[in-house]
Amino acid sequence: MIEIKGLTKRFGKKPVVEDVTVTIEPGTITSFIGPNGAGKSTLLSMVSRLLEADTGEVLLDQNNVKKWKSSDFAKRVSILKQANYLNVRLTVRELVSFGRYPYSKGRLSAEDEKFVDQAIDYMNLADMENKYLDELSGGQKQRAFIAMVIAQDTDYILLDEPLNNLDMKHSVQIMKILRKLVDELGKTVVIVLHDINFASVYSDRIVALKNGRLMKNGPTREIINSDVLREIYDMDIPIQEQNGCRICVYFNSHI
Amino acid sequence: MRNSTKLMILAAIAIVFILLYGFYDIKGGFDYAFPKRMLRVTAMIITGIAIAYSTVVFQTITHNRILTPSVMGLDSMYQVVQTLIYFFAGSMSVWVLNKYLNFGAAIFAMVVFALILYRFLFRADKHPIYFLLLIGMIIGTLLGSFVTFLQVLIDPVEYLSLQSRLFATFTNVKTELLFISIGILALAFLYGYLIMGQLDVMSLGRENAINLGINYDGMVMRILILSSVLIATSTALVGPITFFGLIVANLSYQFLVTFKHSTHILGASLISIIALVGGNFLVEHIFELRTTLSVIINFIGGIYFIYLLLKESRAAG
Ligand SMILES: Nc1ncnc2c1ncn2[C@@H]1O[C@H](COP(=O)(O)OP(=O)(O)O)[C@@H](O)[C@H]1O
Ligand SMILES: [Mg+2]
Repeated sequence: MIEIKGLTKRFGKKPVVEDVTVTIEPGTITSFIGPNGAGKSTLLSMVSRLLEADTGEVLLDQNNVKKWKSSDFAKRVSILKQANYLNVRLTVRELVSFGRYPYSKGRLSAEDEKFVDQAIDYMNLADMENKYLDELSGGQKQRAFIAMVIAQDTDYILLDEPLNNLDMKHSVQIMKILRKLVDELGKTVVIVLHDINFASVYSDRIVALKNGRLMKNGPTREIINSDVLREIYDMDIPIQEQNGCRICVYFNSHI
Repeated sequence: MRNSTKLMILAAIAIVFILLYGFYDIKGGFDYAFPKRMLRVTAMIITGIAIAYSTVVFQTITHNRILTPSVMGLDSMYQVVQTLIYFFAGSMSVWVLNKYLNFGAAIFAMVVFALILYRFLFRADKHPIYFLLLIGMIIGTLLGSFVTFLQVLIDPVEYLSLQSRLFATFTNVKTELLFISIGILALAFLYGYLIMGQLDVMSLGRENAINLGINYDGMVMRILILSSVLIATSTALVGPITFFGLIVANLSYQFLVTFKHSTHILGASLISIIALVGGNFLVEHIFELRTTLSVIINFIGGIYFIYLLLKESRAAG
């Protein structure tokens, strides 16, 4: 279990994340939503020990993230950042193979190769696995990075806006794969999403942040409702039910 | 062509040049000339490997292919330390007479300098490369002027002694440091063998590396120390060759297409050996030039440096 307790981070004087306390329920998809600059990326960075918190703590299985051995932690929690720029020239397969580093330490075993194959298959990259990343489109590159995190095979997968650059088809496909990872393999996914409809349809819980503070935290059904969304986004968002899914119609030209 | 084939070819060329340098036109004076030549070749090989190795790992942790420890003024630091020692302690002090103490002091100062440099320039924000370059040049000039200033104040006799220490070249190798250099290099390779995989992961950037379980900041510290020790070794042996690391590292990146540090460290080292031994062979025996190889290398290196800068700016713009 990941517990975020009273986490605060300041850049200069300005608090960017302020006293946030959230528990990530194992075996769920939790979506983080909120306007730009709400502090979602900063929060995720602290949870995944990329960034040190000013105050508060993050616990993984009751142990402070800072106390974990780095190589052990990498087998439990993985993160994919929002922007991924590489200085080295890699093929898709080479990148995905790096996801096995916590286990292989650079020497891939047959089992490692199996995980790599599987992750590449999941992301539909088999036909371009030997292409260099700089020959791919933004969306294809993004899928390669997601494949790397999937190959890492951690219990917790943190994804910061992974649907950036992706077309609808691949966005839906990735959300379905994440659902499968959670429902069939018992993984826990934390994902930052901008399209609240993806959050509404595919996630079990939603955490809403605004101005660095925790606004809402609850099951999806409780958050996807016009009153709550108005508080978060400062706009009126009508909601329609379709096949049991709640769809937020935030692009209606009549409002 | 496979990378292993390319490495074999490089190794073959390196061996040919080493043999040529050892045996060419040796005739009567074998007993006298051969050991001397071998000492020099050994110094060139050590220097070449040290510079190649330190440049490749330095560029990995600073995420660029243009800045090198030398360009950032690290080898000027060697001269600063030596000058300070002569200025304050004098040529008869233990700091000069005990070569290990002297070498140790230089290494220590260079490591501290590298850590400070990294802390302020590379760690927090991403500065544009031109800014870093400018800072490097300012630091280099500043240290150079400082050294000159102190040297003017030093007693002329002391100054001569200092000069012979500072202006080590390939024809005037500090052979007394050869053994300790070999030892340092052996340790550096042993350590390198252990961290090769981590280096590969670190080239994905800080965040990816941490995600994959690398103790990034700790590793950066260790690699900076490694890099400084190697530069100190080569500077002590044959003096500073500012642009050499830049050339060999980039030639390796272009010639051997891979992310693997083991390949690039090996490749850049072999290219170094070819350039130094081959270059010295040509300069000494074929062209019988009076100029030293360092001058030629810096001339070619400087041009290559400008070429890389222009390429970078075009890629960025
Ligand atoms: N390294 C940094 N230095 C200064 N300010 C930062 C830094 N990173 C983020 N911020 C600021 O923190 C706020 C929250 O950023 P972020 O966590 O990226 O928000 P979100 O991901 O929710 O859009 C923003 O106002 C941003 O400008
Ligand atoms: Mg963000």
